[in-house]
Amino acid sequence: MEKIILPQSDKESRGVEIEPGNNSEMIPNSIFKRFFLEVSSLTLFTLRFFKEAFKPPYEFNELIKQSFLIGYKSLPLVGITGFIVGLVLTIQTRPTLVKFGAVSWLPAMVAVSIIREIGPVITALIFAGKVGSGIGAELASMNVTEQIDAMQVSWTNPFKYLVVTRVLAATLMLPVLVAFADAIGLAGSFIGVNLQGHVSAYLFFSQIFQSLGFNDLFPAFIKTFFFGFAVGLIGSYKGYNSNKGTEGVGKAANSAVVFASLMVFLIDMVAVQITSMFQN
Amino acid sequence: MINNSAYIKTEPDNKESSTVVVRMEHVKKFFGNNYVLRDINLVITKGENLVVLGKSGVGKSVLIKCIIGLDDIDEGKLFILGRDISELKKNELIEIRKKIGFLFQSSALYDSMTVRENLEFPLSRQLRSLSKDEMGQLAKEALENVGLSNTIDEMPSELSGGMRKRLGLARTLILKPEIMLYDEPTTGLDPITSREISSLILEVQKKYNTSSIIITHDIECARLTANRIIVIKDGVCAAEGSFTDLKNSADTWVRSFFE
Repeated sequence: MEKIILPQSDKESRGVEIEPGNNSEMIPNSIFKRFFLEVSSLTLFTLRFFKEAFKPPYEFNELIKQSFLIGYKSLPLVGITGFIVGLVLTIQTRPTLVKFGAVSWLPAMVAVSIIREIGPVITALIFAGKVGSGIGAELASMNVTEQIDAMQVSWTNPFKYLVVTRVLAATLMLPVLVAFADAIGLAGSFIGVNLQGHVSAYLFFSQIFQSLGFNDLFPAFIKTFFFGFAVGLIGSYKGYNSNKGTEGVGKAANSAVVFASLMVFLIDMVAVQITSMFQN
Repeated sequence: MINNSAYIKTEPDNKESSTVVVRMEHVKKFFGNNYVLRDINLVITKGENLVVLGKSGVGKSVLIKCIIGLDDIDEGKLFILGRDISELKKNELIEIRKKIGFLFQSSALYDSMTVRENLEFPLSRQLRSLSKDEMGQLAKEALENVGLSNTIDEMPSELSGGMRKRLGLARTLILKPEIMLYDEPTTGLDPITSREISSLILEVQKKYNTSSIIITHDIECARLTANRIIVIKDGVCAAEGSFTDLKNSADTWVRSFFE
């Protein structure tokens, strides 16, 4: 019989197995049923996160450790990606702007693209691939090898120790990584501009700073917290509630990336709508 | 003497009552519509090693997970160190259960931590007043007790299966529990290492006077470690007795475990 795992909010255990039993006859066994069960399960998991996050004792040491692992260890990948994006975007855009005689707008156009949209979204997707899958696989393998149970019998709240710290670390570190990727991306753009012409660093960056306003920086900065939260939460949810067995580890890692990436786009879409409302 | 479930005593005599550490009365546990434990009655006294036998999936691991609190019982009474757990507040329950150690089948070592950190983790969570040096000293002593002194800075992945089991045992014993629960302690080990683990279980019993429940399929382990054995069938204690009693049981099903 099919089993669905729902997190149990009032108990410090990973979850409770719900046997559909007679209830399964009430709801047609369809993709919608699975979808709504998954959404309700994720909602309960999220509520539990907020409940545990504000309740002492706080796991500061583990939070710092996770911030280091999630943030610092992601810098090289995020930096390389940002650099390539900035460089390629500049090289690809230049011919079109030349055609319209607007090549002097190149730094401003690239800066707005990177700061507003490409920097946050590309970094969040890279982050989902590296950190989301990592959290999913790590927690799932801890689940398989009974390490989460062992933590529980050591009278440690595994949800607080493993999930809360990882979600908070992801939420706090992604904005920093995005800022870093944006800076490296603009440096890549500067190199891209100079591959086919000569523009001084002073002129290039002056144009960039003149073109960027509060409306570009603030919404882009705020949405990165939501991206980080979604990646951390979905990675933790998939890993913490994975099925026992090695197959569950692979599935947790895979689905963490897929759902986290999807969530990044959904959050971005909502963020753009909200920003547009205020700008208009 | 061999008993079936109808004859297994649930009330210890006066002499025993002061030393009973775990008592289960009509304990039931089910998952969905499936009963795993139908009516479990058992008593474990201070310093006793109780071995639990039974076919795979019969609920042996669930039994000890109910004692440690990883699973809740659905019906019946569970007394630990004389306290009815259903009447305890959350904090009292945690304090009672801190006196129970659990050795997992897979050892459940934290992969991301060194051997030292694995041992210091339960100390840092429960004895927060200990200094780093004191924790280090206790970790070294715990490793010496299981013959793994030279592995303190290694990662669990660098250890063999037997060493991982020993380390799991050291991590559990570092808090000096009064009750030890072993979930298939010799599974996946060669006969020599299995005997070493069985000897360690006996050593723990003698040194710390712990009471233990040992879930196993390893008859040699049962022979070496058991003061008493129970056999679970269909969610009830189907037979109880010493190793020799059960080995010579008139019941062919019980006897089949020992052949």
